[in-house]
Amino acid sequence: MSVPYLSVQDLSVSFPTRSDHFRAIDGISFDLARGEILALVGESGSGKSMTSLSIMKLLPAAARMSGRIQVDGQDIAALDRRQMEDVRGAKIGMIFQEPMTSLNPVLTIARQMTEGMVRHNGLSRREALATACTWLEDVGISEPTRVLAQYPHQLSGGMRQRIMIAAALALRPGILIADEPTTALDVTVQSQVLDLLVDLKARSGSGILLITHDIGVVAETADRVAVMRGGRILEVGTVDQVLRAPQHEYTQALLASHLTVEKGLKQRQAELEGARP
Amino acid sequence: MSITTEISIWRRRPPFSVVLGLGLASVIVAASLLSYYLAPFDPTRMAAGPRLAPPSGAHLFGTDEFGRDLFSRVLVGGRLSLGIGISAVVSGLVIGGLIGLLAAFSARIVQVTLLRLIDVLYSFPDTLIALALVAFLGPGIENATLAIAISLVPFYARVTYGLAAAERAKPYIEAARLAGIGNGRLVRVHVMPNIGQSLIVMGTLGFSSAILSAAGLSFLGLGVQPPSPEWGAILASGRNYINKAPWILIFPGVAICLTVLSFNLIGDSLRDLVDPRRKGRS
Repeated sequence: MSVPYLSVQDLSVSFPTRSDHFRAIDGISFDLARGEILALVGESGSGKSMTSLSIMKLLPAAARMSGRIQVDGQDIAALDRRQMEDVRGAKIGMIFQEPMTSLNPVLTIARQMTEGMVRHNGLSRREALATACTWLEDVGISEPTRVLAQYPHQLSGGMRQRIMIAAALALRPGILIADEPTTALDVTVQSQVLDLLVDLKARSGSGILLITHDIGVVAETADRVAVMRGGRILEVGTVDQVLRAPQHEYTQALLASHLTVEKGLKQRQAELEGARP
Repeated sequence: MSITTEISIWRRRPPFSVVLGLGLASVIVAASLLSYYLAPFDPTRMAAGPRLAPPSGAHLFGTDEFGRDLFSRVLVGGRLSLGIGISAVVSGLVIGGLIGLLAAFSARIVQVTLLRLIDVLYSFPDTLIALALVAFLGPGIENATLAIAISLVPFYARVTYGLAAAERAKPYIEAARLAGIGNGRLVRVHVMPNIGQSLIVMGTLGFSSAILSAAGLSFLGLGVQPPSPEWGAILASGRNYINKAPWILIFPGVAICLTVLSFNLIGDSLRDLVDPRRKGRS
Protein backbone atom coordinates (compact mmCIF):
# COMPACT_ATOMS: atom_id res chain seq x y z
CA MET A 1 0.00 0.00 0.00
CA SER A 2 1.23 3.47 -0.83
CA VAL A 3 1.83 6.16 1.73
CA PRO A 4 -1.44 7.81 2.79
CA TYR A 5 -2.03 11.34 1.52
CA LEU A 6 -2.13 12.78 5.01
CA SER A 7 -0.17 11.24 7.81
CA VAL A 8 -0.05 12.59 11.34
CA GLN A 9 2.41 10.96 13.70
CA ASP A 10 2.71 11.57 17.39
CA LEU A 11 1.44 15.14 17.11
CA SER A 12 1.52 17.22 20.28
CA VAL A 13 0.61 20.86 20.70
CA SER A 14 1.08 22.73 23.93
CA PHE A 15 0.70 26.26 25.16
CA PRO A 16 2.91 27.74 27.85
CA THR A 17 1.00 28.83 30.92
CA ARG A 18 2.38 30.82 33.81
CA SER A 19 3.68 27.84 35.68
CA ASP A 20 3.50 24.93 33.28
CA HIS A 21 2.45 23.84 29.81
CA PHE A 22 -1.08 23.18 28.77
CA ARG A 23 -1.21 20.25 26.39
CA ALA A 24 -3.98 20.85 23.87
CA ILE A 25 -3.00 17.79 21.85
CA ASP A 26 -1.14 14.94 23.44
CA GLY A 27 0.54 12.58 21.02
CA ILE A 28 -2.07 11.71 18.42
CA SER A 29 -1.46 9.74 15.23
CA PHE A 30 -3.71 8.99 12.30
CA ASP A 31 -3.65 8.53 8.55
CA LEU A 32 -6.09 9.63 5.92
CA ALA A 33 -6.12 8.40 2.33
CA ARG A 34 -7.74 10.02 -0.69
CA GLY A 35 -11.35 9.03 -1.10
CA GLU A 36 -11.80 8.26 2.57
CA ILE A 37 -13.80 10.05 5.24
CA LEU A 38 -12.29 10.07 8.69
CA ALA A 39 -14.38 11.62 11.41
CA LEU A 40 -12.68 13.24 14.36
CA VAL A 41 -15.30 13.30 17.06
CA GLY A 42 -15.19 14.67 20.56
CA GLU A 43 -16.48 17.31 22.92
CA SER A 44 -15.42 20.97 22.79
CA GLY A 45 -11.89 21.45 23.95
CA SER A 46 -10.84 17.94 23.01
CA GLY A 47 -8.33 19.23 20.48
CA LYS A 48 -10.21 18.63 17.25
CA SER A 49 -9.78 22.11 15.83
CA MET A 50 -6.20 22.38 17.05
CA THR A 51 -5.48 19.28 15.02
CA SER A 52 -6.73 20.89 11.84
CA LEU A 53 -4.84 24.11 12.53
CA SER A 54 -1.65 22.07 13.04
CA ILE A 55 -2.12 20.41 9.67
CA MET A 56 -2.57 23.84 8.07
CA LYS A 57 0.41 25.18 10.01
CA LEU A 58 -1.72 28.05 11.25
CA LEU A 59 -1.39 27.51 14.98
CA PRO A 60 -1.28 30.62 17.17
CA ALA A 61 2.26 31.95 17.61
CA ALA A 62 2.41 30.89 21.26
CA ALA A 63 1.77 27.23 20.48
CA ARG A 64 4.58 24.65 20.58
CA MET A 65 4.19 21.75 18.19
CA SER A 66 6.02 18.46 18.03
CA GLY A 67 5.52 15.34 15.95
CA ARG A 68 5.40 14.82 12.23
CA ILE A 69 2.76 15.82 9.71
CA GLN A 70 3.17 14.67 6.14
CA VAL A 71 1.04 15.90 3.31
CA ASP A 72 1.42 14.18 -0.04
CA GLY A 73 4.78 12.82 1.06
CA GLN A 74 6.12 16.21 2.25
CA ASP A 75 6.91 16.99 5.84
CA ILE A 76 5.18 20.33 6.38
CA ALA A 77 7.61 21.31 9.14
CA ALA A 78 10.25 21.70 6.42
CA LEU A 79 8.16 24.08 4.32
CA ASP A 80 8.62 27.84 4.49
CA ARG A 81 5.77 30.34 4.39
CA ARG A 82 5.63 30.59 0.59
CA GLN A 83 5.61 26.85 0.12
CA MET A 84 2.98 26.48 2.82
CA GLU A 85 0.72 28.88 0.94
CA ASP A 86 0.94 26.46 -1.97
CA VAL A 87 -0.16 23.62 0.27
CA ARG A 88 -3.11 25.47 1.77
CA GLY A 89 -6.08 25.35 -0.49
CA ALA A 90 -4.34 23.36 -3.22
CA LYS A 91 -3.44 20.21 -1.28
CA ILE A 92 -5.57 20.63 1.80
CA GLY A 93 -8.77 22.59 1.57
CA MET A 94 -10.79 23.65 4.54
CA ILE A 95 -14.34 24.68 5.23
CA PHE A 96 -15.64 25.65 8.58
CA GLN A 97 -18.45 26.21 10.90
CA GLU A 98 -19.73 29.69 10.20
CA PRO A 99 -20.97 29.95 6.65
CA MET A 100 -22.40 33.34 7.53
CA THR A 101 -19.01 34.90 8.15
CA SER A 102 -16.63 32.78 6.09
CA LEU A 103 -17.21 34.82 2.97
CA ASN A 104 -15.94 38.35 2.56
CA PRO A 105 -18.98 40.66 2.65
CA VAL A 106 -17.66 43.18 0.13
CA LEU A 107 -16.58 40.84 -2.66
CA THR A 108 -18.77 38.99 -5.12
CA ILE A 109 -18.94 35.21 -5.00
CA ALA A 110 -17.20 35.08 -8.39
CA ARG A 111 -14.28 37.08 -7.09
CA GLN A 112 -13.85 34.90 -4.03
CA MET A 113 -14.23 31.59 -5.82
CA THR A 114 -11.83 32.37 -8.64
CA GLU A 115 -9.12 33.87 -6.45
CA GLY A 116 -7.73 30.52 -5.33
CA MET A 117 -8.03 28.88 -8.74
CA VAL A 118 -6.06 31.64 -10.40
CA ARG A 119 -3.49 31.45 -7.63
CA HIS A 120 -3.10 27.67 -7.34
CA ASN A 121 -4.28 25.97 -10.49
CA GLY A 122 -2.86 28.49 -12.93
CA LEU A 123 -6.18 29.13 -14.61
CA SER A 124 -7.06 32.38 -16.34
CA ARG A 125 -9.90 34.40 -14.84
CA ARG A 126 -12.22 33.25 -17.61
CA GLU A 127 -11.39 29.57 -17.14
CA ALA A 128 -11.70 29.95 -13.38
CA LEU A 129 -15.14 31.49 -13.78
CA ALA A 130 -16.28 28.61 -15.96
CA THR A 131 -14.92 26.11 -13.45
CA ALA A 132 -16.60 27.95 -10.59
CA CYS A 133 -19.83 27.77 -12.52
CA THR A 134 -19.73 24.00 -12.97
CA TRP A 135 -18.77 23.47 -9.34
CA LEU A 136 -21.68 25.57 -8.17
CA GLU A 137 -23.94 23.38 -10.28
CA ASP A 138 -22.33 20.32 -8.72
CA VAL A 139 -23.14 21.52 -5.23
CA GLY A 140 -26.75 21.94 -6.25
CA ILE A 141 -27.03 25.66 -6.93
CA SER A 142 -29.52 26.07 -9.73
CA GLU A 143 -28.57 29.46 -11.14
CA PRO A 144 -24.80 29.60 -10.84
CA THR A 145 -24.28 32.61 -13.09
CA ARG A 146 -26.68 34.69 -11.04
CA VAL A 147 -25.17 33.55 -7.74
CA LEU A 148 -21.65 34.33 -8.97
CA ALA A 149 -22.57 37.97 -9.41
CA GLN A 150 -24.09 38.21 -5.94
CA TYR A 151 -22.68 39.24 -2.58
CA PRO A 152 -22.74 36.95 0.46
CA HIS A 153 -25.50 38.83 2.28
CA GLN A 154 -27.89 38.06 -0.56
CA LEU A 155 -27.58 34.31 0.06
CA SER A 156 -28.89 31.97 2.73
CA GLY A 157 -26.71 30.06 5.17
CA GLY A 158 -27.14 26.77 3.33
CA MET A 159 -26.26 28.41 0.03
CA ARG A 160 -23.15 29.94 1.53
CA GLN A 161 -21.97 26.65 2.96
CA ARG A 162 -22.48 25.04 -0.47
CA ILE A 163 -20.45 27.85 -1.98
CA MET A 164 -17.70 27.33 0.57
CA ILE A 165 -17.63 23.64 -0.30
CA ALA A 166 -17.60 24.38 -4.01
CA ALA A 167 -14.83 26.95 -3.58
CA ALA A 168 -12.72 24.53 -1.55
CA LEU A 169 -13.23 21.56 -3.89
CA ALA A 170 -12.69 23.64 -7.03
CA LEU A 171 -9.02 23.80 -6.05
CA ARG A 172 -8.94 19.96 -6.24
CA PRO A 173 -7.35 19.42 -2.85
CA GLY A 174 -6.22 15.91 -1.89
CA ILE A 175 -7.83 16.36 1.49
CA LEU A 176 -10.71 18.54 2.60
CA ILE A 177 -10.89 19.41 6.27
CA ALA A 178 -14.48 20.07 7.23
CA ASP A 179 -14.58 21.64 10.68
CA GLU A 180 -18.12 21.30 12.00
CA PRO A 181 -19.53 21.93 8.52
CA THR A 182 -23.15 21.53 9.51
CA THR A 183 -23.32 22.79 13.07
CA ALA A 184 -24.56 26.25 12.17
CA LEU A 185 -27.13 25.04 9.67
CA ASP A 186 -30.80 24.13 9.92
CA VAL A 187 -31.48 20.46 10.50
CA THR A 188 -33.05 20.03 7.08
CA VAL A 189 -30.10 21.67 5.37
CA GLN A 190 -27.63 19.67 7.47
CA SER A 191 -28.36 16.35 5.91
CA GLN A 192 -28.38 17.85 2.41
CA VAL A 193 -24.90 19.26 2.98
CA LEU A 194 -23.67 15.95 4.39
CA ASP A 195 -25.06 14.01 1.43
CA LEU A 196 -23.38 16.51 -0.81
CA LEU A 197 -20.02 16.01 0.90
CA VAL A 198 -20.22 12.23 0.54
CA ASP A 199 -21.31 12.50 -3.06
CA LEU A 200 -18.57 14.95 -4.00
CA LYS A 201 -15.95 12.92 -2.22
CA ALA A 202 -16.88 9.96 -4.38
CA ARG A 203 -16.63 12.07 -7.52
CA SER A 204 -13.56 14.18 -6.79
CA GLY A 205 -11.60 11.50 -4.95
CA SER A 206 -10.59 13.90 -2.16
CA GLY A 207 -10.26 12.55 1.32
CA ILE A 208 -12.28 14.28 4.01
CA LEU A 209 -11.29 14.93 7.57
CA LEU A 210 -14.64 15.56 9.18
CA ILE A 211 -14.44 17.32 12.51
CA THR A 212 -17.62 17.16 14.52
CA HIS A 213 -19.14 16.66 17.92
CA ASP A 214 -22.23 15.05 16.48
CA ILE A 215 -22.24 11.26 16.52
CA GLY A 216 -25.26 11.32 14.21
CA VAL A 217 -23.22 13.10 11.54
CA VAL A 218 -20.47 10.51 11.94
CA ALA A 219 -22.83 7.59 11.54
CA GLU A 220 -24.30 9.08 8.42
CA THR A 221 -21.13 9.96 6.54
CA ALA A 222 -17.80 8.65 7.81
CA ASP A 223 -15.82 5.54 6.90
CA ARG A 224 -13.62 5.58 9.95
CA VAL A 225 -13.89 7.45 13.21
CA ALA A 226 -11.40 8.62 15.81
CA VAL A 227 -12.76 9.56 19.20
CA MET A 228 -10.86 12.39 20.88
CA ARG A 229 -10.86 13.62 24.41
CA GLY A 230 -8.45 15.83 26.32
CA GLY A 231 -6.04 15.96 23.39
CA ARG A 232 -5.77 12.19 22.97
CA ILE A 233 -7.32 9.75 20.56
CA LEU A 234 -9.11 7.22 22.70
CA GLU A 235 -10.31 4.91 20.02
CA VAL A 236 -9.98 4.54 16.25
CA GLY A 237 -11.82 2.18 13.98
CA THR A 238 -14.38 1.84 11.25
CA VAL A 239 -17.67 3.47 11.98
CA ASP A 240 -19.32 0.08 12.33
CA GLN A 241 -16.81 -1.12 14.88
CA VAL A 242 -16.80 1.97 16.99
CA LEU A 243 -20.48 2.78 17.00
CA ARG A 244 -21.73 -0.80 17.37
CA ALA A 245 -19.14 -2.05 19.80
CA PRO A 246 -17.44 0.88 21.50
CA GLN A 247 -14.37 -0.26 23.40
CA HIS A 248 -13.69 2.81 25.47
CA GLU A 249 -16.14 3.82 28.14
CA TYR A 250 -15.99 7.47 27.02
CA THR A 251 -17.18 6.40 23.58
CA GLN A 252 -20.01 4.51 25.23
CA ALA A 253 -20.92 7.57 27.26
CA LEU A 254 -20.77 9.74 24.13
CA LEU A 255 -23.07 7.33 22.30
CA ALA A 256 -25.45 7.17 25.23
CA SER A 257 -25.63 10.96 25.41
CA HIS A 258 -26.71 11.22 21.82
CA LEU A 259 -30.34 12.15 21.55
CA THR A 260 -32.63 10.35 19.17
CA VAL A 261 -36.32 10.67 18.62
CA GLU A 262 -36.85 7.09 19.83
CA LYS A 263 -34.96 7.66 23.04
CA GLY A 264 -36.78 10.91 23.66
CA LEU A 265 -40.14 9.23 23.24
CA LYS A 266 -39.15 6.38 25.54
CA GLN A 267 -38.04 8.80 28.21
CA ARG A 268 -41.24 10.77 27.89
CA GLN A 269 -43.24 7.57 28.24
CA ALA A 270 -41.29 6.60 31.33
CA GLU A 271 -41.87 9.98 32.89
CA LEU A 272 -45.58 9.76 32.18
CA GLU A 273 -45.81 6.32 33.74
CA GLY A 274 -43.83 7.46 36.74
CA ALA A 275 -46.25 10.34 37.20
CA ARG A 276 -49.24 8.02 37.46
CA PRO A 277 -50.69 8.03 40.98
CA MET B 1 -30.48 47.23 -3.92
CA SER B 2 -27.92 46.99 -1.16
CA ILE B 3 -27.48 50.73 -1.31
CA THR B 4 -31.07 51.41 -0.33
CA THR B 5 -30.82 49.20 2.74
CA GLU B 6 -27.55 50.92 3.66
CA ILE B 7 -29.08 54.37 3.77
CA SER B 8 -32.43 53.29 5.13
CA ILE B 9 -31.95 55.60 8.12
CA TRP B 10 -32.24 58.45 5.68
CA ARG B 11 -35.19 57.06 3.84
CA ARG B 12 -37.51 59.92 4.67
CA ARG B 13 -35.10 62.77 4.11
CA PRO B 14 -31.53 63.49 5.09
CA PRO B 15 -31.18 65.22 8.47
CA PHE B 16 -30.69 68.96 8.55
CA SER B 17 -27.06 68.65 9.69
CA VAL B 18 -26.16 66.74 6.54
CA VAL B 19 -27.84 69.24 4.25
CA LEU B 20 -26.15 72.09 6.07
CA GLY B 21 -22.73 70.42 6.05
CA LEU B 22 -22.85 69.44 2.39
CA GLY B 23 -24.26 72.81 1.36
CA LEU B 24 -21.62 74.79 3.24
CA ALA B 25 -18.81 72.57 2.09
CA SER B 26 -19.81 72.77 -1.57
CA VAL B 27 -20.04 76.56 -1.40
CA ILE B 28 -16.66 76.80 0.28
CA VAL B 29 -14.97 74.35 -2.07
CA ALA B 30 -16.51 75.95 -5.17
CA ALA B 31 -15.58 79.44 -4.00
CA SER B 32 -12.01 78.35 -3.31
CA LEU B 33 -11.61 76.56 -6.63
CA LEU B 34 -12.96 79.54 -8.54
CA SER B 35 -11.32 82.10 -6.27
CA TYR B 36 -9.11 83.63 -8.98
CA TYR B 37 -12.15 84.28 -11.17
CA LEU B 38 -14.42 85.40 -8.35
CA ALA B 39 -11.99 87.67 -6.59
CA PRO B 40 -12.64 91.26 -7.63
CA PHE B 41 -9.05 92.31 -6.88
CA ASP B 42 -5.60 90.75 -6.90
CA PRO B 43 -5.35 89.49 -3.30
CA THR B 44 -1.80 90.78 -2.92
CA ARG B 45 -2.31 94.16 -4.61
CA MET B 46 -1.79 96.90 -2.12
CA ALA B 47 -3.85 100.05 -2.04
CA ALA B 48 -6.71 98.46 -3.94
CA GLY B 49 -8.78 100.71 -1.73
CA PRO B 50 -8.30 102.88 1.34
CA ARG B 51 -6.48 101.36 4.32
CA LEU B 52 -8.59 99.63 6.98
CA ALA B 53 -11.86 100.49 5.23
CA PRO B 54 -14.95 98.85 6.73
CA PRO B 55 -17.07 96.50 4.59
CA SER B 56 -18.80 98.35 1.78
CA GLY B 57 -20.15 97.83 -1.72
CA ALA B 58 -16.72 98.18 -3.29
CA HIS B 59 -14.96 95.98 -0.71
CA LEU B 60 -17.41 93.40 0.59
CA PHE B 61 -15.27 92.43 3.57
CA GLY B 62 -13.47 95.74 3.89
CA THR B 63 -9.72 96.23 3.45
CA ASP B 64 -6.69 95.50 5.58
CA GLU B 65 -3.80 97.58 6.81
CA PHE B 66 -2.24 97.78 3.34
CA GLY B 67 -5.51 98.55 1.62
CA ARG B 68 -5.75 95.01 0.14
CA ASP B 69 -9.24 93.75 -0.61
CA LEU B 70 -10.16 91.35 2.19
CA PHE B 71 -12.87 89.54 0.24
CA SER B 72 -10.34 88.57 -2.42
CA ARG B 73 -7.83 87.54 0.22
CA VAL B 74 -10.29 85.34 2.08
CA LEU B 75 -11.39 83.68 -1.17
CA VAL B 76 -7.88 82.95 -2.38
CA GLY B 77 -6.84 82.08 1.16
CA GLY B 78 -9.47 79.32 1.16
CA ARG B 79 -7.69 77.78 -1.77
CA LEU B 80 -4.48 77.57 0.19
CA SER B 81 -6.14 76.39 3.39
CA LEU B 82 -8.16 73.67 1.67
CA GLY B 83 -5.17 72.65 -0.41
CA ILE B 84 -2.97 72.27 2.63
CA GLY B 85 -5.74 70.41 4.44
CA ILE B 86 -6.34 67.97 1.58
CA SER B 87 -2.71 67.17 0.90
CA ALA B 88 -1.92 66.82 4.59
CA VAL B 89 -4.86 64.49 5.21
CA VAL B 90 -4.22 62.37 2.14
CA SER B 91 -0.53 61.90 2.88
CA GLY B 92 -1.17 61.42 6.60
CA LEU B 93 -3.83 58.83 5.83
CA VAL B 94 -1.64 56.97 3.36
CA ILE B 95 1.42 56.88 5.61
CA GLY B 96 -0.57 56.18 8.78
CA GLY B 97 -2.67 53.60 7.00
CA LEU B 98 0.38 51.73 5.73
CA ILE B 99 1.92 51.72 9.20
CA GLY B 100 -1.35 50.47 10.71
CA LEU B 101 -1.71 47.70 8.15
CA LEU B 102 1.91 46.71 8.55
CA ALA B 103 1.46 46.51 12.31
CA ALA B 104 -1.71 44.46 11.99
CA PHE B 105 -0.21 41.90 9.63
CA SER B 106 3.37 41.45 10.75
CA ALA B 107 5.16 39.45 13.38
CA ARG B 108 4.49 40.30 16.97
CA ILE B 109 7.80 42.03 17.57
CA VAL B 110 7.32 44.43 14.63
CA GLN B 111 3.74 45.04 15.65
CA VAL B 112 4.56 45.89 19.25
CA THR B 113 7.46 48.14 18.29
CA LEU B 114 5.40 50.08 15.74
CA LEU B 115 2.41 50.46 18.03
CA ARG B 116 4.43 51.66 20.99
CA LEU B 117 6.21 54.22 18.80
CA ILE B 118 2.86 55.40 17.51
CA ASP B 119 1.52 55.56 21.06
CA VAL B 120 4.37 57.81 22.10
CA LEU B 121 3.73 60.16 19.18
CA TYR B 122 -0.01 59.99 19.78
CA SER B 123 0.45 61.23 23.33
CA PHE B 124 1.59 64.63 22.02
CA PRO B 125 -1.06 67.04 20.76
CA ASP B 126 -1.16 67.18 16.91
CA THR B 127 -0.36 70.86 16.82
CA LEU B 128 2.64 70.47 19.10
CA ILE B 129 4.15 67.84 16.81
CA ALA B 130 3.46 70.00 13.77
CA LEU B 131 4.97 73.00 15.54
CA ALA B 132 8.12 71.11 16.49
CA LEU B 133 8.50 69.77 12.97
CA VAL B 134 8.13 73.18 11.34
CA ALA B 135 10.59 74.62 13.81
CA PHE B 136 12.97 71.91 12.67
CA LEU B 137 12.22 72.03 8.92
CA GLY B 138 11.78 75.78 8.65
CA PRO B 139 8.63 77.72 7.79
CA GLY B 140 6.84 77.58 4.43
CA ILE B 141 3.80 76.04 2.79
CA GLU B 142 5.42 72.71 1.86
CA ASN B 143 7.03 72.21 5.24
CA ALA B 144 3.87 73.15 7.07
CA THR B 145 1.87 70.68 4.98
CA LEU B 146 4.41 67.96 5.61
CA ALA B 147 4.44 68.72 9.33
CA ILE B 148 0.65 68.57 9.56
CA ALA B 149 0.61 65.33 7.58
CA ILE B 150 3.12 63.78 9.96
CA SER B 151 1.21 65.04 12.98
CA LEU B 152 -1.85 63.17 11.67
CA VAL B 153 0.04 59.93 11.10
CA PRO B 154 -0.23 58.51 14.65
CA PHE B 155 -3.99 58.96 14.67
CA TYR B 156 -4.51 57.31 11.30
CA ALA B 157 -2.05 54.53 12.10
CA ARG B 158 -3.94 53.75 15.30
CA VAL B 159 -7.35 53.81 13.64
CA THR B 160 -6.19 51.67 10.71
CA TYR B 161 -4.53 49.20 13.01
CA GLY B 162 -7.70 48.88 15.06
CA LEU B 163 -9.88 48.34 12.02
CA ALA B 164 -7.45 45.94 10.37
CA ALA B 165 -6.95 43.96 13.56
CA ALA B 166 -10.70 43.55 13.95
CA GLU B 167 -10.94 42.48 10.31
CA ARG B 168 -8.01 40.09 10.64
CA ALA B 169 -9.87 38.11 13.28
CA LYS B 170 -12.88 37.49 11.05
CA PRO B 171 -13.48 34.02 9.67
CA TYR B 172 -13.41 35.03 6.03
CA ILE B 173 -9.87 36.28 6.44
CA GLU B 174 -8.95 32.94 7.95
CA ALA B 175 -10.82 31.23 5.14
CA ALA B 176 -8.81 33.17 2.58
CA ARG B 177 -5.62 32.30 4.42
CA LEU B 178 -6.66 28.67 4.43
CA ALA B 179 -7.14 28.88 0.69
CA GLY B 180 -3.47 29.78 0.45
CA ILE B 181 -3.79 33.53 -0.07
CA GLY B 182 -0.66 35.34 1.06
CA ASN B 183 -0.53 38.38 3.34
CA GLY B 184 -0.06 41.02 0.64
CA ARG B 185 -3.02 39.92 -1.40
CA LEU B 186 -5.06 39.37 1.77
CA VAL B 187 -4.61 43.00 2.73
CA ARG B 188 -5.22 44.39 -0.76
CA VAL B 189 -8.21 42.31 -1.80
CA HIS B 190 -9.89 41.30 1.44
CA VAL B 191 -9.05 43.83 4.14
CA MET B 192 -8.85 47.16 2.33
CA PRO B 193 -12.33 47.16 0.79
CA ASN B 194 -13.76 46.33 4.20
CA ILE B 195 -12.08 49.12 6.12
CA GLY B 196 -11.86 51.66 3.29
CA GLN B 197 -15.14 53.34 4.03
CA SER B 198 -14.27 53.84 7.69
CA LEU B 199 -10.93 55.32 6.68
CA ILE B 200 -12.66 57.79 4.36
CA VAL B 201 -14.83 58.88 7.26
CA MET B 202 -11.78 59.34 9.47
CA GLY B 203 -10.17 61.31 6.65
CA THR B 204 -13.12 63.69 6.48
CA LEU B 205 -13.01 64.21 10.22
CA GLY B 206 -9.26 64.76 10.14
CA PHE B 207 -9.62 67.31 7.38
CA SER B 208 -11.07 69.96 9.66
CA SER B 209 -8.36 69.47 12.25
CA ALA B 210 -5.74 69.75 9.49
CA ILE B 211 -7.22 73.07 8.40
CA LEU B 212 -7.16 74.29 11.98
CA SER B 213 -3.53 73.24 12.33
CA ALA B 214 -2.66 74.98 9.06
CA ALA B 215 -4.33 78.18 10.24
CA GLY B 216 -2.64 77.86 13.60
CA LEU B 217 0.82 77.42 12.09
CA SER B 218 0.31 80.33 9.71
CA PHE B 219 -0.97 82.47 12.57
CA LEU B 220 2.26 81.76 14.40
CA GLY B 221 4.20 82.75 11.30
CA LEU B 222 5.41 79.21 10.64
CA GLY B 223 3.14 78.27 7.77
CA VAL B 224 2.15 80.33 4.78
CA GLN B 225 4.35 83.41 4.58
CA PRO B 226 3.07 86.92 3.87
CA PRO B 227 2.01 88.35 1.53
CA SER B 228 0.31 85.08 0.47
CA PRO B 229 -3.20 85.12 1.83
CA GLU B 230 -4.09 82.23 4.11
CA TRP B 231 -6.75 82.39 6.76
CA GLY B 232 -4.40 81.93 9.69
CA ALA B 233 -1.91 84.37 8.18
CA ILE B 234 -4.61 87.01 7.62
CA LEU B 235 -5.67 86.61 11.25
CA ALA B 236 -2.09 87.04 12.38
CA SER B 237 -1.51 90.22 10.42
CA GLY B 238 -4.87 91.67 11.44
CA ARG B 239 -4.60 91.07 15.15
CA ASN B 240 -2.88 94.42 15.73
CA TYR B 241 -5.92 96.19 14.35
CA ILE B 242 -8.57 94.29 16.30
CA ASN B 243 -9.97 97.52 17.76
CA LYS B 244 -9.79 99.68 14.67
CA ALA B 245 -10.69 97.10 12.04
CA PRO B 246 -12.24 93.99 13.57
CA TRP B 247 -13.44 92.78 10.13
CA ILE B 248 -9.92 91.70 9.25
CA LEU B 249 -10.25 89.10 11.98
CA ILE B 250 -13.94 88.36 11.74
CA PHE B 251 -14.15 87.26 8.11
CA PRO B 252 -11.26 84.78 7.95
CA GLY B 253 -12.25 83.60 11.43
CA VAL B 254 -15.78 82.92 10.28
CA ALA B 255 -14.41 81.20 7.17
CA ILE B 256 -12.33 78.84 9.32
CA CYS B 257 -15.30 78.15 11.62
CA LEU B 258 -17.68 77.39 8.79
CA THR B 259 -15.20 75.16 6.99
CA VAL B 260 -14.42 73.16 10.11
CA LEU B 261 -18.10 72.98 10.99
CA SER B 262 -19.18 71.78 7.57
CA PHE B 263 -16.56 69.04 7.34
CA ASN B 264 -17.29 67.90 10.88
CA LEU B 265 -21.00 67.69 10.06
CA ILE B 266 -20.26 65.66 6.93
CA GLY B 267 -17.80 63.45 8.78
CA ASP B 268 -20.21 62.79 11.63
CA SER B 269 -23.07 61.83 9.38
CA LEU B 270 -20.81 59.66 7.22
CA ARG B 271 -19.71 57.91 10.37
CA ASP B 272 -23.29 57.35 11.44
CA LEU B 273 -23.95 55.91 8.03
CA VAL B 274 -21.02 53.51 8.11
CA ASP B 275 -21.13 52.43 11.74
CA PRO B 276 -23.83 49.77 12.07
CA ARG B 277 -24.05 50.20 15.84
CA ARG B 278 -25.28 53.74 15.35
CA LYS B 279 -27.91 52.73 12.87
CA GLY B 280 -31.43 53.48 14.01
CA ARG B 281 -30.24 56.17 16.39
CA SER B 282 -30.32 59.74 15.29
